[in-house]
Amino acid sequence: MYNESAAQKKYLAGLRHKKWGITAARWGILVVFLLLWEALARLGVIDAFLLSSPSRMAGALWTLARTGELWLHVGVTLWETIVGFVVGSVLGIALAVALWWSDTLCRILDPYLVVLNALPKIALGPVLIVWIGSGMPAIIVMSLLVSVIVTMVTVLGGFLGTEPEKLTLLRSFGASKLQCFTMVVFPGALPTTVSALKLGIGMSWVGVIVGEFLVSRAGLGYLIVYGGQVFKLDLVMAGTAVLCVLAALMYLGVAYCEKRLRARRAHA
Amino acid sequence: MEDALLVFDRVCMRYHQESGETAVLEDFSLSVRRGEFVALLGPSGCGKSTVLSLAAGLLRPDAGRVLLRGQPIQSPPAHMGYMLQRDHLFDWLTVRDNALVGLRVRGKPDAGQLARVDALLESCGLAEFAHAFPGQLSGGMRQRAALVRTLAVEPDFLLLDEPFSALDSQTRIQLADEIKQALAGSDRATILVTHDVSEAISMADRVVVLTHRPARIRSVHRIALEGSPMQRRRDAQFRDYFDRIWKELDVHVQ
Ligand SMILES: Nc1ncnc2c1ncn2[C@@H]1O[C@H](COP(=O)(O)OP(=O)(O)O)[C@@H](O)[C@H]1O
Ligand SMILES: [Mg+2]
Repeated sequence: MYNESAAQKKYLAGLRHKKWGITAARWGILVVFLLLWEALARLGVIDAFLLSSPSRMAGALWTLARTGELWLHVGVTLWETIVGFVVGSVLGIALAVALWWSDTLCRILDPYLVVLNALPKIALGPVLIVWIGSGMPAIIVMSLLVSVIVTMVTVLGGFLGTEPEKLTLLRSFGASKLQCFTMVVFPGALPTTVSALKLGIGMSWVGVIVGEFLVSRAGLGYLIVYGGQVFKLDLVMAGTAVLCVLAALMYLGVAYCEKRLRARRAHA
Repeated sequence: MEDALLVFDRVCMRYHQESGETAVLEDFSLSVRRGEFVALLGPSGCGKSTVLSLAAGLLRPDAGRVLLRGQPIQSPPAHMGYMLQRDHLFDWLTVRDNALVGLRVRGKPDAGQLARVDALLESCGLAEFAHAFPGQLSGGMRQRAALVRTLAVEPDFLLLDEPFSALDSQTRIQLADEIKQALAGSDRATILVTHDVSEAISMADRVVVLTHRPARIRSVHRIALEGSPMQRRRDAQFRDYFDRIWKELDVHVQ
């Protein structure tokens, strides 16, 4: 917009240069890693039967994609994760609201929350299978169980972090408790809530994959376990790679929402 | 007494905690008339903010009465403005939306109220920042926005709890002038809490000096100065008031 000085132009150019360098290095690492892996496998330095190789993984993926099996597994796992994540998040936030609302309830339940938070929820897997049966519902419950506590605790922390003086101010205008919540507590804790969602999405993946390890006939977790049992390491590696990509994409989605939110807020 | 807007009638106030109780106000009586500007001066922790919380209906006295137009205050009165040391603007709302917070608590602001808020923003030099976020504003601008938010609800009386103490000295004198100007001609009553003696003298009709906790009224000084806070500061008598009140404060520091 203005006439930038030469120094500013140089500064910006340097900045762009650096950004490019970093992006290139990021991709470079991946490419070098894959090439090295492939080369070592072909040269027989590493055992491609045990460690697979990028080309063998690609081959396995291609076969899976052609038979349509890949889409089934991806679809099942995605569905379970999204349902587990959404239900776990909604439930976690709702519980946080309830605990914020009633100080007494919060204090009564505090020791239980501490224990539940510390407990590796995965340990409940076998119990869930007995109760719910082996199938998708058990996996979804597993997933939401793993994410719900961490979401609740983090969001509640955000709610309780509201500056008391902001509440005083609002109450001086005659605001009710509900208004205090909707006008200050919730919007103020929105960044924390989004961070909680970021944590929750990782947790949901853990829950789903462990659930699929334990009981399932489909899904990426199933594919990985099956591959391991029949000693098709290409399948295991391919399944893991797909999982990486999906989890990263989902995380980026939430991170993108967070960035949008921050940009809209700070706008500074 | 009959045109007293706000009356503290032998108020006692204690805070109760597990570690013990704190007597903050003991037999505290004060009455503020319509259109009057009263400054409360006292050492920190003596109970000044508590006085304002009682007037705001955020606390109930243990004994005695707090009356607004002769009626005990039960909950935050509709036409009250409460301003705190920090502006507490919500950083997720624009300046204009922040200014409307008080009105929104009471429902949807009508066109007249919106127009008045815009006029207030204009008169405080915030018109061009109306759609900016608080993060973009300087400390003085932010406190001005908080002032607009306070005045937007058309308060009959204002409670100002050290509203300038987070600002640099130039800004605070400027803002004092602006607040006095905004209040001029209205019959609003104002209670200003401060521990800045000059600020109290330059703004108030009456300066009330409080003792250490539990707060009692140590002395009351009627200030017969005219004009804006800036003009008052230049008045020859300003020094006399200052010395007199300063001594009062000094005595009970020891
Ligand atoms: N909610 C509270 N619970 C317990 N003690 C409090 C509370 N609020 C204030 N106090 C105590 O009461 C005294 C007076 O407080 P305050 O009215 O804020 O004083 P000031 O505004 O004059 O600094 C202080 O000693 C403070 O520690
Ligand atoms: Mg105070």
